[in-house]
Amino acid sequence: MSWQNLVFYVLGAVGLIIFLSLTVMVLTWIERKFLARIQQRMGPMRVGPHGLLQPIADVIKLISKEDILPSWADKPIYWIAPLAIFVPAIAIWVTIPFSETLVLQNLDLGLFYIAAISVLSVLGLVMAGWGSANKYSMLGGLRAVGQLISYEIPFIMAILGVAMLSQSLSLIDIINDQSKIANIIVQPIGFLIFLAAGLAELGRTPFDIHHAESEVVGGPFVEYSGAHWAIIQLAEYVNTFAIAALIAVMFLGGWSWPSMPFSGIPHHLLSVIWFLIKIYAVILLIFWIRGTYPRLRIDQLMSFGWKVLVPVSFINIVFTGFVRFYNLHWSILTVLSLITIGSIFYLIYKTPQQSRGENSIRIVPSKEAASRPPENYGDVNVR
Amino acid sequence: MTSLIIFYLASCVVLGGGLAVVLSRNIVYAAFGLIASLSGVAGIFILSFAPFLALVQILIYGGAIVIVIIFALMLTKLEDFRTLSDHKHWPIALVTSLITLGIIISTAFYRPANLTSRSGLDLSKLADELFSKWAVPFEMASLVLLIALMGGVIMVRKIDSRDDK
Repeated sequence: MSWQNLVFYVLGAVGLIIFLSLTVMVLTWIERKFLARIQQRMGPMRVGPHGLLQPIADVIKLISKEDILPSWADKPIYWIAPLAIFVPAIAIWVTIPFSETLVLQNLDLGLFYIAAISVLSVLGLVMAGWGSANKYSMLGGLRAVGQLISYEIPFIMAILGVAMLSQSLSLIDIINDQSKIANIIVQPIGFLIFLAAGLAELGRTPFDIHHAESEVVGGPFVEYSGAHWAIIQLAEYVNTFAIAALIAVMFLGGWSWPSMPFSGIPHHLLSVIWFLIKIYAVILLIFWIRGTYPRLRIDQLMSFGWKVLVPVSFINIVFTGFVRFYNLHWSILTVLSLITIGSIFYLIYKTPQQSRGENSIRIVPSKEAASRPPENYGDVNVR
Repeated sequence: MTSLIIFYLASCVVLGGGLAVVLSRNIVYAAFGLIASLSGVAGIFILSFAPFLALVQILIYGGAIVIVIIFALMLTKLEDFRTLSDHKHWPIALVTSLITLGIIISTAFYRPANLTSRSGLDLSKLADELFSKWAVPFEMASLVLLIALMGGVIMVRKIDSRDDK
């Protein structure tokens, strides 16, 4: 490796981190404004015009706050945990391209690299949950492990479907492959799976049970404050941006679909802008989902992951392989996908949501209850 | 030169992690040391021109297996494990690990690996090999995993389940 290369990588990495930090500031502002508008509020209005300087005020506040260490905490694990969350979030961005040439390092195994690195963020959540020595943190950490490992399977399967379509794992190849038709039209089911699994990987509503405010207070992050909390939040938003960018790359065609009639410098500039527009559209979709849907219960989350997303992602792989193997037209895959989506929604609609089991609690009027013999609810071995 | 420095760094991580696994009094530290050690192995895979293997190493060991180990540890009472390294079977463990070390070292001297002259393996070539020449072992491995999965389901299932039917 020559020293020019080294300088390029160091400068690129520093530039990337600065870009991502600024993006996160924009994202926090957009999220607060957008949610406020959904709830018919104004959102932040005081700092700057329409609260535009609010993120800067937030950053100053977070940096100047005291960084508290709980006395029972496991010190090294507690301090390393924010880094273990932050480093994978940034490392993903090494291979995500903004245009044909504007990428730090295009890897042949790009998608697989992203899948492998993004798994590591679980580690940080577990460390934070363990190190804080707090029961809410601990519960949050356990929930995070259960959720993230379950949703890893459909996440990787959706990636696999896209890789099968474009016969490559390199992100630039995948984008160029979609110059005629975007993958969301060819494989709508893959898009839905990846959106759901991606939201679960991010821990965003409706899959935010590991830092649900009303259940485990703040999950693994309860005890963090000041700069460390800021780093964790930074990583969360960088991850959100990365999932949105991945959806734009894998399903919306990146910068190449629909193609623009330019060449040279304007083409590169416009392709970056076009790509960013797509990313922000996906981001608004994610925020919209957050403003609309309630949180899933943990058993609903698990049964949705294992009974719906995993089988459907396998069906997706089988159909994609079928169409690829017999070299059929892409529209056949679209039709198959749409049929699958329709039948899945029908099946979910038909499945009884509340089965009244033997041991469920029944509410009876007090007169009736007095005349009844006392039932033994807790003991399973009665029957 | 650069690869030599990276090799020594990765080796330090592997050995340090391994020492943490063996010597640590706290079993959670031991689990995190295991993650460090296995990630260091991934670094050595990258240096030996096997990036796919390195990513698989991170995905399977760093992301799944050790996390599940930690998950299991958190569900137990940690006081039971405080003094794991004082276990009375340690002479057996010592002999076994010394024999393993001897086998590895003798293998390395018997057939020294020439890593620098090898070029990277193409992913499509790997896939061709895996699904033509090694298809039967591959399928056997998947069968073993399936059986393990079914065994897990059967062991966890209670006869008199309270879950929703």
